[in-house]
Amino acid sequence: MSHSAVIPAAGESSKFEFLERGEHHVANGTLLGFWLYLMSDCLVFAALFATYGVLSQNFAGGPTGADLFDLPLVAINTSFLLFSSITYGFAMLQMQQKKLKGTMIWLAITGVLGSAFLGLELYEFYHLIHQGAGPQRSAFLSSFFTLVGTHGLHVSFGIIWLVTLLVQLKKHGLTTANRRRLFCLSMFWHFLDVVWIGVFTIVYLMGSMS
Amino acid sequence: MSEQFELSKLIFGRLSWESIPLHDPIILATFVMVLLGGGAIVGALTYYKVWGYLWREWITSIDHKRIGVMYMILGIVMLLRGFADAIMMRIHQAMAFGDATGYLPPHHYDQIFTAHGVIMIFFVAMPFVVGLMNYIVPLQIGARDVAFPFLNNLSFWMTAAGAALVMASLFIGEFAKSGWLAYPPLTGILQSPGVGVDYYIWSLQIAGVGTLLSGINFVVTIVKMRAPGMNMMKMPVFVWTALCTNILIVAAFPVLTAVMTLLSLDRYLGMNFFTNDLGGNAMMYVNLIWIWGHPEVYILILPIFGVFSEIVSTYSGKRLFGYSSMVYATLVITILSYLVWLHHFFTMGSGATVNSFFGITTMIISIPTGAKIFNWLFTMYRGRIKFDVPMLWTVGFMITFVIGGMTGVLLAVPPADFVLHNSLFLIAHFHNVIIGGVVFGTFAAITYWYPKVTGYKLDPFWGKASFWCWFIGFYLAFMPLYMLGFMGVTRRMSHFDDPSLQIWFQIALGGAVLIGLGIACFLIQLYVSYKKRDSLRDETGDPWDGRTLEWSTSSPPPKYNFAFTPKVYDNDAWWHMKANGFVRPTSDFLAIHMPKNTAAGIIVAGISTVFGFAMIWHMWLLAGLSFTGLIIAIIIHTFNYKRDYYIPVEEVARTEAQRTEVLA
Repeated sequence: MSHSAVIPAAGESSKFEFLERGEHHVANGTLLGFWLYLMSDCLVFAALFATYGVLSQNFAGGPTGADLFDLPLVAINTSFLLFSSITYGFAMLQMQQKKLKGTMIWLAITGVLGSAFLGLELYEFYHLIHQGAGPQRSAFLSSFFTLVGTHGLHVSFGIIWLVTLLVQLKKHGLTTANRRRLFCLSMFWHFLDVVWIGVFTIVYLMGSMS
Repeated sequence: MSEQFELSKLIFGRLSWESIPLHDPIILATFVMVLLGGGAIVGALTYYKVWGYLWREWITSIDHKRIGVMYMILGIVMLLRGFADAIMMRIHQAMAFGDATGYLPPHHYDQIFTAHGVIMIFFVAMPFVVGLMNYIVPLQIGARDVAFPFLNNLSFWMTAAGAALVMASLFIGEFAKSGWLAYPPLTGILQSPGVGVDYYIWSLQIAGVGTLLSGINFVVTIVKMRAPGMNMMKMPVFVWTALCTNILIVAAFPVLTAVMTLLSLDRYLGMNFFTNDLGGNAMMYVNLIWIWGHPEVYILILPIFGVFSEIVSTYSGKRLFGYSSMVYATLVITILSYLVWLHHFFTMGSGATVNSFFGITTMIISIPTGAKIFNWLFTMYRGRIKFDVPMLWTVGFMITFVIGGMTGVLLAVPPADFVLHNSLFLIAHFHNVIIGGVVFGTFAAITYWYPKVTGYKLDPFWGKASFWCWFIGFYLAFMPLYMLGFMGVTRRMSHFDDPSLQIWFQIALGGAVLIGLGIACFLIQLYVSYKKRDSLRDETGDPWDGRTLEWSTSSPPPKYNFAFTPKVYDNDAWWHMKANGFVRPTSDFLAIHMPKNTAAGIIVAGISTVFGFAMIWHMWLLAGLSFTGLIIAIIIHTFNYKRDYYIPVEEVARTEAQRTEVLA
């Protein structure tokens, strides 16, 4: 083959030239795996965005986005989520400096901002359903609630994970395993931010303009 | 009184005694047989006191080899179920002409063809393919396990959980009557108010999570865990095809999850994604499900192409012809598989331009596939071919798959598709590629790698018998369907008026019986080989004069696969080692770092099954409880930080010394 130069000639083989001495370990396998998971999750959102794209004008005589969306409220909500990404970044900086307490405080703040985001979203949903614009009203509203709700569900799981991780940090400190977990949650959290920017633009801004 | 009713509704949902089909003699007889058979197995396991062994060594095992074997067993068990469905349909269709109505009522017949399709794809073909990758990939890349051993165990049990739900639908309630892809609006709540579609949704959702996790697991394993020196272009072709398949899994299964969720939202919460009114669009479902569905067929066939590549070069005693063209062909198929989904519904009315685009991309796929066929043929050309059983399956595959491929290209021509769509011609086409490809390939792979797994070869006589039954049976069963398709007979019919068609269905039944004999021969082969295991034993670990790393270790391999990680210089790594005077080390062993077994996989999958069952039957209380339990179980698992251990150096030395003794 093309690499014949590195093939040792027969006869001069010593015992270990075909074998690696010692451990042969994976570097960052978990981070690659988690990143792949995020990409697969991205495809779930892609399918939901595509569905929203197809159904977003199917109002069935019901309310449109322009009738329903309260942009100032969504703006506040968006800022909660964007700030929570910044505070997660601060937590990671503290982690890099091996400061457990600082990491935990910034994580907690991230969790509070995330919960505030969820709270406002639930308020918005409640308000819409109360107005008679629930997910059953039209295909547009079905796809709206599902896309935004799936994102909200991800944020909820992120918060559950964050709380679990706080307990684990308290218990074990910034061990290698916990640092890896902080990295994974960090990717997850920023990923949800990116998805939200898509939701904000395509659903709320473009919906309000139509 | 009404309060009591409300409470029982909360607990039992819509489940009642009437849900158990005691009135249907066929199902009742099956149920009794399953109870007796299951009882006998459980009794035997208890009598021989093997539960503890099973729990420690198999059920909680995170060893990729054990998990691989469990996948294969699941596949074989479900193959029997899927085949039972097939033969029931064939018998019914051979009978139900004119005044004769056959023996299956239409609603039962509809469930059978749906269950047959779902089971054969999700719970036969997928477990076979994933099982093969599980066993072989880590061995071929010189690794000790996969990247995420616990997730691997969880994936298996999630797949098994999905299969368990499909099996439960046979005796509790009903299965979907909608065909294997469950198109709405037929599967909407108005047309299908029963539990059938919900069984379909939840078994696929649960099994789908397992498949997605294995996809991620194997991509990371192949990207990160290859032995030193094995760069991408030195990977065995089976590993390449496994990599592409797992990339496809990661990129396709999320869409299935999403579209199943949308269908459930329509059914459970009254949303309007795919309904006929309030702006729903059922065509969206058909697009989305095929964006998963078309890559799915390549998910199944690509690893099988890899299997044949390994077998052809081993039994021809030659390096595989055109290694790099094989790799690029695989990659091209991987990409193209995403650009053809619309050919499944040319008749939906997307217009001539769109149809032409998808027709042409579909035809283009036959080019890389044809290149592969030529590579296999050129590998055989002037080789020293040994016509062992795996090679029979391979030649049978090449002949059959080419025919199936050609009818596929025929269907890819939109005007022809307008005539043939939804006809038995289509049924014959996809069975031609799935049986001729995936099934033949699986049997070839089982025969080829069986000595690696068990330490003894399979008996060739019964293997040949199985091959010929399958091969002839396939042609007898499906060539008549091509004919019927040309005559315009559509799929999924439970009764015909035109008596001139009956003879074709009777011939097809004969073929199905032969295939049944093929399956029987395979099972007999397993039994006979076990009985004759002493004379069939292979102690070298390399019975076929193999070329890749899995043949460099003992059969069955030790827990840790390789005492020392091999260094790779060539894409036929083991062949190269043999040719260059490799000497197996007998001293200087080290302790080996390994993952620990865990029960978390089966617990999470078990709770998921309960959750799925509760959702199917609208048992909201149980659903809430089991969902909470699921999250708690996962959180508890994350508190387990001690997931690995070292196999002490004495144990490694002892194991290797035994092998030295055997080899001497």
